[in-house]
Amino acid sequence: MTEIKINKVISVIVKNEHSVLSRISGLFAGRGYNIQSLTVAPIPETNLSRFTIKTSGDKRVIEQIIKQLNKLIPVLKVIQHDGIIEKEMAIVKIPIEESLADIDALCRAYNGKIVNVSEDSIVTMVADEPERVENFLKAIKKYHPKEIVKGGSVAIEQ
Amino acid sequence: MRISGARMVVEALHKEGVNVVFGYPGGAIMNVYDELYKQDYFQHILTRHEQASIHAADGYARATGNVGVAIVTSGPGFTNAITGLATAYMDSIPMVVISGQVPTFLIGTDAFQEIDAVGISRPCTKHNYLVNTIEELPYILKEAFYIASSGRPGPVHIDIPKDITAEIGEFIYPETIVVDTYKPTDKGNIRQVKKAIDAISNAKKPLLYIGGGVISANASDDVREFAKITQIPIVETLMARGSIENNNPLLLGMVGMHGTYAANMAMSEADIIISLGARFDDRVTGKLSEFAKHAEIIHVDIDPTSIGKLVNVDYPIVGNLNKIILEMIEIAKEKINPSRYESWRQILKRYDEIHPLRFEDSDDVIKPQWVIKRVGELLGEKAVISTDVGQHQMWTAQFYPFSFPRQFVTSGGLGTMGFGFPAAMGVKRGKSDLVSINFSGDGSILMNIQELMTAVESRLPVINIVLNNGYLGMVRQWQTFFYDKRYSHTDLTMQPDFVMLAKSFGGVGYRVYTKEEFDRALEDAISKNCVAIIDVVVDRLENVLPMVPSGGTLYNMMLEYKD
Ligand SMILES: Cc1ncc(C[n+]2csc(CCOP(=O)(O)OP(=O)(O)O)c2C)c(N)n1
Repeated sequence: MTEIKINKVISVIVKNEHSVLSRISGLFAGRGYNIQSLTVAPIPETNLSRFTIKTSGDKRVIEQIIKQLNKLIPVLKVIQHDGIIEKEMAIVKIPIEESLADIDALCRAYNGKIVNVSEDSIVTMVADEPERVENFLKAIKKYHPKEIVKGGSVAIEQ
Repeated sequence: MRISGARMVVEALHKEGVNVVFGYPGGAIMNVYDELYKQDYFQHILTRHEQASIHAADGYARATGNVGVAIVTSGPGFTNAITGLATAYMDSIPMVVISGQVPTFLIGTDAFQEIDAVGISRPCTKHNYLVNTIEELPYILKEAFYIASSGRPGPVHIDIPKDITAEIGEFIYPETIVVDTYKPTDKGNIRQVKKAIDAISNAKKPLLYIGGGVISANASDDVREFAKITQIPIVETLMARGSIENNNPLLLGMVGMHGTYAANMAMSEADIIISLGARFDDRVTGKLSEFAKHAEIIHVDIDPTSIGKLVNVDYPIVGNLNKIILEMIEIAKEKINPSRYESWRQILKRYDEIHPLRFEDSDDVIKPQWVIKRVGELLGEKAVISTDVGQHQMWTAQFYPFSFPRQFVTSGGLGTMGFGFPAAMGVKRGKSDLVSINFSGDGSILMNIQELMTAVESRLPVINIVLNNGYLGMVRQWQTFFYDKRYSHTDLTMQPDFVMLAKSFGGVGYRVYTKEEFDRALEDAISKNCVAIIDVVVDRLENVLPMVPSGGTLYNMMLEYKD
């Protein structure tokens, strides 16, 4: 049996209560599941939070992850969407010596912009599909980034 | 009613119909202990170690089907309880364990006897709570009992800071409870059940593979009925022993590493396996890629995560077995012709005849298997049998003639040495009209030996039968088979005098070398009705057979060992 690894984005809607983050991260750690990224934030005007977890594994593992998440008591819903809109964000700090105009053009090409310019650095941000953010980060290398901060995925059904 | 948090605990336990709690006091839980002193709703049994409190509550739960309850203090009291929680978790036993915690204003300061209790218990409980306010306490207590006993049962842990047990609050105990994020599936999908029965009716070699879920769902009678009308042969896991009566002609015995030849061959040759409340544990399946290669699989389980976890399932059915089995019976009555499987039953009968479960008895030395068989002859259904972990556990599972569910109490999933004696105390407390036997080894019995004091004090006359081989026998057996007899740290010839040991706690002790002595000792211990150790000197080098070496295949068992 060949096991094909698949990537999966899973949204988990949970009751916003004590140690729910450790229940979820503990489940992944304890059972040896992989987490590529994890974002969590409260859902406005509810007592719920949404986890967006990017993970990978073969079919059996993904199935188990979804079932095990559902089994956690504070979990209301686990959504594994195939038709999703997924966005990621990155903030990049670049030395001031680099060309502002070139950087600005590059950012615009990736739905991003320059958000701050100080005495010694330029700060840019992009928010886009994960692959496009990846490409942006490759392209920006040319301008010798001092620091790159990436956020995890957030996703929503189409 | 305005009462303290500590009093709320007592009132809630009373409302839940609790008869007995096992526990051990300490600083952070003292307010609760003060309320225990003032009440006479239920009994508190003081064990002599927190691990034993949990195992005793666990044994009580396994024997009665009720939720077991234990209370411990913070820090070391709670860490001592962890082995007990993990044991109950692995075997899906309904329990509520309450621990004290340092006051809320000290949490996170490394206060005296502070430990992140919910952090530790998270992976070995079904659910846990750190109580944050007095207002949520009644609700949490109610929810804990509900979660522990519904769906796939399991232990639930509640950690209560000391200031909350002192605080006064309004106590309104919810009558019923709805947890909107927790809704175990109860009824199985009827279309799927029909399809499964159709598949069975077209099969030639069906096999019932039943696990501990049959016992926790109280479905034994109905599973027996299903087997009776379909005449499908049955194998049991360790955890299911007792659900089918021992003399049922369809029962092929235990399956897996130390299962019978017939049971393991049946698994290997079946064309459809009907798994009821079992979970395809590695000790059952052996090498997965060779497991049940010819079979389609029907898997009935209350826990969706058990289905498809290790083997591919053709007919998954999620729900409560005690409902699903009734539907299976109804449909099977119409659809299944039991004579269809006659030649399959004959094949399996032959397997059983070629290689029955056996041992070579001796007149010179007591064989451990003889002891188990003998107790079975003398007590049969008059006893509940607990065990520790090791060879004696496997021999008990193989040779005791179990006849009813909840008659066998053993740590299956975790394999916890030291479980047997305290569990047998809980059994005795729950089933006082039956004899409570604990089969143990000379290694295991020392792992909770201090409980002699509890058992004597609280009048829980457990009879511990120690099959004394002077070894950590099961590990020694593996060293014999797989490590060229390098007996690394398994020789236990250095031993206490178990007779004097039992006496010093106020119990009775016997050292037994012959079969006659054994019969007399057992009879005497039962008639005295007091806590006993019967130290039986048995053949030191007896092995548990047959055996599927770990990672081996079920159809290729080691049937004997030749030196
Ligand atoms: C707490 C714990 N520690 C270690 C083990 C590993 N172990 C499994 S069986 C066994 C030997 C048990 O010896 P004994 O109680 O004398 O029983 P016997 O096998 O001789 O019947 C050991 C050490 C275990 N199961 N539990």
